[in-house]
Amino acid sequence: MAEMDTSSQGGGHKKGPGVKKSKKMSTRVDLTPMVDLGFLLITFFIFTTTMSQPTAMKLYLPKDADKPEEQNKAKESGVLTLLLGKDNNVFYYEGTLANDASNFKSSNFKDIRDVIIRKKQATPEKDLVLIIKPSNECTYKNVVDMLDEMSINLIKRYALVDIADVENQLIVKTEAAGVK
Amino acid sequence: MARPKIPRKSTNIDMTAMCDVAFLLLSFFILTTKFKPEEAITVTTPSSVATKVAPDKDVVLITIDKDGKVFLSLDNEQIKGTIADELNSTKNLGIDKKAFVKASFIGASFAQLNSFLAIPEDERKGNKLPGIPCQDSSHNEITEWLRIIKGSYMGLKKNILLKGDNASKYPSFKNVIDALKKNDELKFSLVTNPEAAPTGTDLWKQNQAPADKKEE
Repeated sequence: MAEMDTSSQGGGHKKGPGVKKSKKMSTRVDLTPMVDLGFLLITFFIFTTTMSQPTAMKLYLPKDADKPEEQNKAKESGVLTLLLGKDNNVFYYEGTLANDASNFKSSNFKDIRDVIIRKKQATPEKDLVLIIKPSNECTYKNVVDMLDEMSINLIKRYALVDIADVENQLIVKTEAAGVK
Repeated sequence: MARPKIPRKSTNIDMTAMCDVAFLLLSFFILTTKFKPEEAITVTTPSSVATKVAPDKDVVLITIDKDGKVFLSLDNEQIKGTIADELNSTKNLGIDKKAFVKASFIGASFAQLNSFLAIPEDERKGNKLPGIPCQDSSHNEITEWLRIIKGSYMGLKKNILLKGDNASKYPSFKNVIDALKKNDELKFSLVTNPEAAPTGTDLWKQNQAPADKKEE
């Protein structure tokens, strides 16, 4: 391995590759070790390489409106409120929450897309507002998934709002009932 | 001679071609590879359909780990130097500027910053550190940090990135958002893993139609 093929070498003196008189010397080198090394490095780089780069999801927050008259008004019929509970539970209601919570429905991340699509088709585009209310029990992943759901369904207007106490209690109650 | 005339074939193969291919592949992988930086804070990011690649210059990265602890890292060393001076003059912390500039992230409150910087770099691991306190709005040090960072950048372009762990709870995310809001930093990005748009959805349809203008 790795020796020069010097079978036809005559004299005892060595000549470098640049010397003109070295016609007798073969230039063939055994490349096997070089190939070995090459493939070793290839395997190393294949295993260490990271192909997928992280992407950035843009999020623009509105400035908090101090005065109530400056706040955006939304038509009740076009509002869909999504509440994020623990263990990937999603709850939703359309319009405002009824006093007896009759329009409070539970769902999950699989089915919520259908709910959003249905709502999107049923309401004119300019009235459609989705409100995302994450509870304290939900995870960061849930929030990102829900925001992602907005871009998947091309929802133009949506808001991230703090949860109200009434809603929080409803979630806790529903979740407690759902376990049994 | 009684030797049969079997021509002696050499077992040597010309390796040149193989060598060429090997090194071509090698150079490809060397050039495309981007080493995963050894992260002191382990964070598994959620996936999203966002297609924009996360910026890697002038980054202000806020990391939320799975326990809801918040860490902050900056990549611009010049800015970091300014921040260190600012901290020393306004808060009298007396921190080592060199150590501060070298630190890859910050994971302690202002009061503990000195002892944090005294820990050797390779022993600073996210799970052992307290993180920057931001439990409630009155003690939200992230707000303070962002104010100083904003002042140091002085209108220069900066990319605020928020990198949260899948399992981290919403309140810590909310605290960070509140801190951003307080500083009027309303544009920022969430770091996610790429994911394909589910088939049949509106976004998928939009991507399928090449004539339509794609969403920025």
